Amino acid sequence: MSLVHDRPAPPPGPADDGPLLSVRGVDIAYRTGRRSRVTAVRGVGFDLHPGQSMALVGESGCGKTTLGLGLLRLLPRTGVVSAGQVLFRRKDGRRVDVRALAKEELRRFRWNEAAMVFQGAMNAFNPVLTVRDHFLDTFRAHEGRGARRPRAALLERSAELLELVRLDPARVLAAHPHELSGGMRQRALIALALALRPQLLILDEPTTALDILTQRAIVERLTELREELRFAMLFITHDLGLAAELADRVGTMYAGRLIETGTTRDIFHRSRHPYTRALINSVPPVAGDLTVPESLPGGPPSLGALPAGCSFAPRCAHAQPRCSRTRPELDVLRARPEGLSHAAACLRADDAALFTEGATR
Amino acid sequence: MTDPTVQHDPSAMGEEAAGAGPTAGAGLTSGAEPTAGAGKTPGNETPVLGLHGVRQVFSTPRGDVPAVAGVDLRVRPGRVLCLVGESGCGKTTTARMAAALARPTSGTVRFRGRDVAAMDRAERAVFRRSVQYIHQDPYASLNPVRTVYSTVSAGLRRHRMVRDRREARAATADLLRRVELTPAEDYLDKYPHQMSGGQRQRVAVARALAMDPEVIIADESTSMLDVSIRVSLLNTLGRLRDDLGVGFLFITHDLAVAKYFAWDGEIAVMYLGRIVEQGPTRRVVNDPRHPYTRALVSAVCEPDPDLARTKERVRLRGADIPDLTDLPPGCEFHPRCPLFEPGRCDTARPALAPGPDRLLACHVVNGG
Repeated sequence: MSLVHDRPAPPPGPADDGPLLSVRGVDIAYRTGRRSRVTAVRGVGFDLHPGQSMALVGESGCGKTTLGLGLLRLLPRTGVVSAGQVLFRRKDGRRVDVRALAKEELRRFRWNEAAMVFQGAMNAFNPVLTVRDHFLDTFRAHEGRGARRPRAALLERSAELLELVRLDPARVLAAHPHELSGGMRQRALIALALALRPQLLILDEPTTALDILTQRAIVERLTELREELRFAMLFITHDLGLAAELADRVGTMYAGRLIETGTTRDIFHRSRHPYTRALINSVPPVAGDLTVPESLPGGPPSLGALPAGCSFAPRCAHAQPRCSRTRPELDVLRARPEGLSHAAACLRADDAALFTEGATR
Repeated sequence: MTDPTVQHDPSAMGEEAAGAGPTAGAGLTSGAEPTAGAGKTPGNETPVLGLHGVRQVFSTPRGDVPAVAGVDLRVRPGRVLCLVGESGCGKTTTARMAAALARPTSGTVRFRGRDVAAMDRAERAVFRRSVQYIHQDPYASLNPVRTVYSTVSAGLRRHRMVRDRREARAATADLLRRVELTPAEDYLDKYPHQMSGGQRQRVAVARALAMDPEVIIADESTSMLDVSIRVSLLNTLGRLRDDLGVGFLFITHDLAVAKYFAWDGEIAVMYLGRIVEQGPTRRVVNDPRHPYTRALVSAVCEPDPDLARTKERVRLRGADIPDLTDLPPGCEFHPRCPLFEPGRCDTARPALAPGPDRLLACHVVNGG
């Protein structure tokens, strides 16, 4: 029954010339007072190639959502991408730095090139507009000036999009958001995000707060849509099961940094970071006999007062004295093309005794 | 007891027999004994809290909504009864009736065999102390203008279980230590907004513990928390279950959590206000029989990419739950059920019938 791929989907259409999204040394800061700011994301860098699906995992407060918003410059007014580059290869082949886009360019970039599905389908719609209005507004706001289409064509396209996510357009288009169930709203939101055929879809907690069967329906539809439409996906989640299922690569974030990246197998079967391991081992599986999940006491540090050295050291069961002095860099452990290298930021990443192959679980 | 689902619950027979006196043992061994939980707690298997054929019908402008349509459940000391199902299936309404926060339209809730609705003031005070409720959302269940001390000690003071402020603070600090909020003194004077979700939920647990409860009703108490915190909170609750013999009515939609927390207990799967499958956790989760339970178990995202890709999935015929004001005829699950047999499933509702190791309400599975 698995239409799913154990390798990343092959790159779409035109000959692959490098990554779709290339994030280089990005810092994101929030202003917290007249002279104070707190850095919520630090030195994050990764390449996302066309058609790939990458999960960002970590506890709440680790900077996942901030990073997702920052990539599309959707941060609240107090937030700013304060360093680094966000290079994106547009459909026309030109590479642009999202940070440098002017207002009108940015508007064309959003939705045409990269779209976002926000956390909480409940609040992402305007409650006084029908779903039809949301579609029409989106087309009007983000389609290029020359490309204006008549209303009837737009409605036809909206209906097509809703059918893509298995919704009945006759019913849903005329409905207000409150008339739809949570799962229908989430699907409508995904249809809306796909309206202008973006190359990249960023999804923030796409299935949190949904029932398990609804969750399953959305996971399956997203998997199929990605095969059909060949968009790349970056999704933010704290549900590791979802990451295992929907992603072909995973990045773990802790205290604003990317601390491990690799293919889904690297992360779930041979993780080399104690934090990633602890996260995975804290999820009780439903299959098989009873396994006792590990607990991971405490919480991520305050971003305003990060500990010296490795941010995870105070909670780490394997920390050594040097861990609280030296901050580990994200070192490549196994190099692969297309951003699929396995890299971990742990001073003990090479410690064979600590990370025997397959010891996760 | 006009509902067909009621008379088939052998555990109900056990309890009624216990109430009648020396025939208790005979009552329990009759039938299939679906509650057979290996007998981990010695001796005391009499339920503390029982729901007997309870229904809850809400009247709305669009018609009557049968949120809970005849449910029989027993909570035993030191045991977990886990209620799982989708939202809207009546889990929370059931929990609210069990805690006497809502009055059933019909049926009774019994605490130590006594009908809760018939209790006098003094009995009700004991009931209120003995059955504690932990809500889903730790951001909403704590009063934002009260300190932790004020929240946790409110019950102690209300029920005059402490003499003065000094005693109340000491007792509160003790409770905070039991839920691992240490050093407790640092937390006493904190407000909810100064704490994380996991810490808040621990405060809610401490508040429930203050009353030395016999039963804790936990309604999705861990679903809002990060995975890392979830396990340690479950372990805290597990110690109450094992060391203090607290009985749990544990509500969740996460079968993995249900499996971990209720491993030695029972699971009851609810769909549209009725129990469709009930039995020992390890049997129900490892070998689900009802097509709805099978769908739930197969829908869980496994934290293992290889397993996730090879796992067999149950495909439902429909994704959406029917409208409660306009329920389908026969088995309520038939419009979504992959095993649907026309002429059978859409005419009569299957009774919750005892099988070798569980109760099951399905024409197709039960009829072979």
